[in-house]
Amino acid sequence: MGVLQLLISGLANGCVYGLIALGFVLIYKATEAVNFAQGDFMMLGAFVTLGLVNPEYMGIPFWVALPFVFLIMGVLGYLLDLIVLRAVFGQSQVAVIILTIAIGFIIRFVVGVIWGHEPQSLQSPLALGDVRLGSLVLGLADVAVIIVTLLMTVALWQFFQRTKIGLAMQAASQNQMAAYYMGIPVKRVQGMVWALAGIVAAVAGILYASKGSIDPTAGFIGIKAFAAAVIGGFGSLPGALMGGLIVGLIEPFAARYLPPGYSQIAPYALLIAVLLFRPHGLFAQVRAKKV
Amino acid sequence: MTEKPLLQINNLETFYGPIMAIRGVSLEVHKGRVVTVLGANGAGKTTLLKTISGIMDPEKGEILFDGQPIQGLEPHKVVRAGIVHVPEGREVFPLLTVAENLSLGAYTRTDAAEIARDRDLVFSYFPILAERRAQEAGTLSGGQQQMLAIGRGLMLRPKIMLLDEPSLGLSPILTQEIFAILKRLNRDEGVTMMVVEQNAAVALDLADDGYVMELGRIVMSGTADKLAASDDIKSFYLGHSNEGARGERRWKRKKTWR
Ligand SMILES: Nc1ncnc2c1ncn2[C@@H]1O[C@H](COP(=O)(O)OP(=O)(O)OP(=O)(O)O)[C@@H](O)[C@H]1O
Ligand SMILES: [Mg+2]
Repeated sequence: MGVLQLLISGLANGCVYGLIALGFVLIYKATEAVNFAQGDFMMLGAFVTLGLVNPEYMGIPFWVALPFVFLIMGVLGYLLDLIVLRAVFGQSQVAVIILTIAIGFIIRFVVGVIWGHEPQSLQSPLALGDVRLGSLVLGLADVAVIIVTLLMTVALWQFFQRTKIGLAMQAASQNQMAAYYMGIPVKRVQGMVWALAGIVAAVAGILYASKGSIDPTAGFIGIKAFAAAVIGGFGSLPGALMGGLIVGLIEPFAARYLPPGYSQIAPYALLIAVLLFRPHGLFAQVRAKKV
Repeated sequence: MTEKPLLQINNLETFYGPIMAIRGVSLEVHKGRVVTVLGANGAGKTTLLKTISGIMDPEKGEILFDGQPIQGLEPHKVVRAGIVHVPEGREVFPLLTVAENLSLGAYTRTDAAEIARDRDLVFSYFPILAERRAQEAGTLSGGQQQMLAIGRGLMLRPKIMLLDEPSLGLSPILTQEIFAILKRLNRDEGVTMMVVEQNAAVALDLADDGYVMELGRIVMSGTADKLAASDDIKSFYLGHSNEGARGERRWKRKKTWR
């Protein structure tokens, strides 16, 4: 494979990591909780889409099903916050972490029961096959994944900059107390951030499933996405995406240029290096409060 | 004053766990007036404001706003009723711009044209905010952040503004400047205010009426002029005394309200 091919498939993987990492950071910034089920959310989003779209299940046309996927995943995210996470409000971080890990187990179990444990492929309009340009073989799905991620990033950016609720989400995550003072219903806004994280996870899941098959263990890439979020700087949305891209790129190049086996640990080696030398991450937004 | 008070608090009690921070406070704020609550560190001033704005729930007592009970309501409902709390230590949104901070002050409003008009009003009172409108609030100076916090509060077009130690951490000159602006806001825009302060001199100069709080209780009240003339206030809050030769023994003096 040429360098260009490595680059594109690495970037495409990185986009999926980046979107999952985005989900981590969204929730962390809004609620200071780390949702370790974010990878499983991604997997669930893929299976919900598959269940609606694939001919062996409901067979609804993809573009008709898409709004329902977003709705289902958004509502699930919102309810998870409302019913489960608010029940442990005020408990230690560890309680929240263990709870979200448990939720991840439950999602894997439920998906396995409903759709089985065999790898399946989503009938995605992005699964476009390969195109051959001379000696170069380009995965069109990879290119599509990169484009969709770009569009998603722009859409999110606009959402946070231009909409009232987007601004309120930023406000509530920067200074929760002051958000209350402004009359922002902080709890509801946090629920909406969970809903948004559910939708972002659905997009990530659809992209993941467009590049290959999916099975209930796919959510484990959430661990790499978590590393990506830390590398990027856990409090920064652009950082999360960049961290995802970096991890995505490191893997294929390490596989190509390092002795066998090293590519598996390369992202974590980078994680440790970042934690040692730039503990706030590569793209941290840190601003001390003035007195 | 026969008219009903805009804000009336009766026998309020607020706790932090077992600690009773507000011990039966009653006070009134009439429309168009400035009321100050003076008190030393730990007197319970911030707790009182937090209880009014719904951040904390009282154990006992009632808070009537425009005749309606509002105690125990969620903060966003209190804001919608027209009460804005400008918190101690500014509490701006550090990574958002000055303009975005101001627009969040109007979060509960929907009248875009009126909001724009009020932003111009805020800019006319605080020209520095207009100049820095695209700057991140976290990079403003402490005094500018205080101006932003007040301006952001005004953006609600509140019926009453609760200000928690607006002089905290400001130089005497800046304190004078901000209190002069508060005075103009009250006189020209008719903003009703409840100002919590340790700086009794500036607060009594601004206020029409005042209360003195100690250890969670109101220990003194009256018009600002009366309070400013009182010996206790002079020696314990205004920091100067008329004791002359007895000055070195001042630490022994008993406050008469105890
Ligand atoms: N979160 C808390 N938990 C327990 N006790 C608290 C808490 N916050 C305040 N207190 C106590 O309640 C009392 C009143 O505090 P409060 O902050 O209202 O005082 P204050 O008059 O605003 O003081 P300052 O002028 O220093 O701001 C104090 O004795 C304080 O120790
Ligand atoms: Mg205080």
